[in-house]
Amino acid sequence: MRVAEAGRSPITLFVDGIPAAALAGDTLMTAMLIANRSLRRSEFGGEARAGFCLMGACQDCWIWTEEGDRVRACSTPAVDGARLSTRQPATAWPTRS
Amino acid sequence: MADPVVAIIGAGPAGVRAAAALVAAGVRPVVIDEAMRAGGQIYRRQPDGFTRSYTDLYGSEADRAKAVHDCFDALHGHVDYRPQTLAWNISDRRIFTAGPDGQQVLPFDALLLCTGATDRLMPVSGWHWAGCYSLGGAQIALKAQACAIGRRTVFMGSGPLLYLVAAQYAKAGAEVAAVLDTSSMSASVAALPRLLAQPATLRVGVGLLRDLRRAGVPIHRGITPVEIHGDADRGVSGVTVRTSRGDALTIDCDAAAMGHHLRPETQLAELAGCDFAFDAMVRQWLPVRDADGRSSQPGVYLAGDGARILGAVAAEAAGELAALTILADRGYRVSDTARQDARQAVARARRFAEGLARAYPWPHEQTSALGDATILCRCEAITVGDLRRTIAETGAEEANRAKAFSRIGMGRCQGRYCGLAAAELIAGAVGTPVEAVGRLRAAAPVKPIAIGSAGRCDR
Ligand SMILES: Cc1cc2nc3c(=O)[nH]c(=O)nc-3n(C[C@H](O)[C@H](O)[C@H](O)COP(=O)(O)OP(=O)(O)OC[C@H]3O[C@@H](n4cnc5c(N)ncnc54)[C@H](O)[C@@H]3O)c2cc1C
Repeated sequence: MRVAEAGRSPITLFVDGIPAAALAGDTLMTAMLIANRSLRRSEFGGEARAGFCLMGACQDCWIWTEEGDRVRACSTPAVDGARLSTRQPATAWPTRS
Repeated sequence: MADPVVAIIGAGPAGVRAAAALVAAGVRPVVIDEAMRAGGQIYRRQPDGFTRSYTDLYGSEADRAKAVHDCFDALHGHVDYRPQTLAWNISDRRIFTAGPDGQQVLPFDALLLCTGATDRLMPVSGWHWAGCYSLGGAQIALKAQACAIGRRTVFMGSGPLLYLVAAQYAKAGAEVAAVLDTSSMSASVAALPRLLAQPATLRVGVGLLRDLRRAGVPIHRGITPVEIHGDADRGVSGVTVRTSRGDALTIDCDAAAMGHHLRPETQLAELAGCDFAFDAMVRQWLPVRDADGRSSQPGVYLAGDGARILGAVAAEAAGELAALTILADRGYRVSDTARQDARQAVARARRFAEGLARAYPWPHEQTSALGDATILCRCEAITVGDLRRTIAETGAEEANRAKAFSRIGMGRCQGRYCGLAAAELIAGAVGTPVEAVGRLRAAAPVKPIAIGSAGRCDR
């Protein structure tokens, strides 16, 4: 929920193909959680996940670009027109860590 | 003589002050920092285009925040600053980094680790539901993104951040449903003599309590967390605790922020070969260092919360002190008074930190009461019962063996959020002191490297 700084310029992202309204300066996490309750599903329990530490330590907020690159939503700035996937795209190379 | 390569990892208050001291002596340090902008955790900067003032963002610490930012900005051109760059391994006196320029290897003559801290977490049933965040995470949402983690947030745990972040939320106009503190009022009173070592910081803490009371926020002390309610689709819907009188108390909310103060990020110190010792006060393994910041490894120095949680004021002093020590060890002439002042500031902070550890003790005894179904590892959904069964079946009483058998500590966060509680669980289950359980070994890479940079090597 935004509590301030709502006067920034609007941008649009596409999450699983669906447009999501966001603001310039948002992280991907902020942008996606303003639009939805969660970022992804746990691959172990299947439940919704929405990040945890916001400082790049817990890795709970992994999402993917449509090209298949894995990104940490909490520390990646949202750019206008970005196309994101809440699931690892099946056609992408397998995730290495 | 070629200039020595002095590398600093971390650009929080410790790293910034260290860099300034080195530059003042004519050395051009390499400053590696994972964040987009310098400042570290407490003085984290908001992105370009945000307009809140220093006072809005940092409250009582606004002047310090501005001083640290200005200090680093003034070093522009005098430091080899590498932002958005992760130091993911240290080996053979070389730092391995991944950043915008891909992978790099940096040999160093002296290395100062200023890696800061992350939240220390105690698992509770339901902490894996969407909408449950660490206290630090809740603060970052507000500071860096002007967002609250929910419409109505419960703050639960203990430590200075509990009251600080709750008060910051209330001030920003977000609804704070309750502050639920596991520590007792009597512990705070007993800690007072030590907390008086930093009277200004103590005053800030008392002010936060007053602000929360004025805002009408219910504060409960001496609670025991029972459950974060929620479901797989909608996430958090409430929190139940047992009050100090033993009654169940349930509070509706759509978000929960939790934590028990902080734990240092010590993985790089371990990979650099530094010795560690168990600290009974905080019940953690910490890298050994002398009063001036030298680790057990020649040429490797430690400062700030990454070595021991002493807070931001001490981090500035320790950063400067470690930099002066590096210079002195390399034959530069350095001011004795500057070193003496910094030593004293660190010593005061240490006494204050002892007070905090007493006022807000890590409730390690709660691990034995955790139900078997409680998720212990949020990364891979390993439960408390899974670990207890592993111990019973294999007798794995050492942390790394328990890790190998149960996968605890092998998930994406590499044990940052479950490791300390897992050690307490193992100790409780086999009846040994927690120090006998040992600690999870750090492994490179200290964090998963983004695929983009892992795939390519030096362009
Ligand atoms: C989320 C959070 C919020 C906090 N808020 C407050 C507060 O409001 N008030 C308060 O008094 N104290 C607060 N604290 C404690 C406070 O952060 C510290 O006392 C202070 O910031 C310590 O300074 P430091 O320089 O040691 O480390 P930090 O300020 O934590 O800086 C460490 C830096 O190192 C970088 N780093 C770490 N590992 C690597 C790596 N492997 N590669 C590259 N870079 C790396 C990090 O990105 C970070 O920028 C907070 C702590 C946390 C974790």
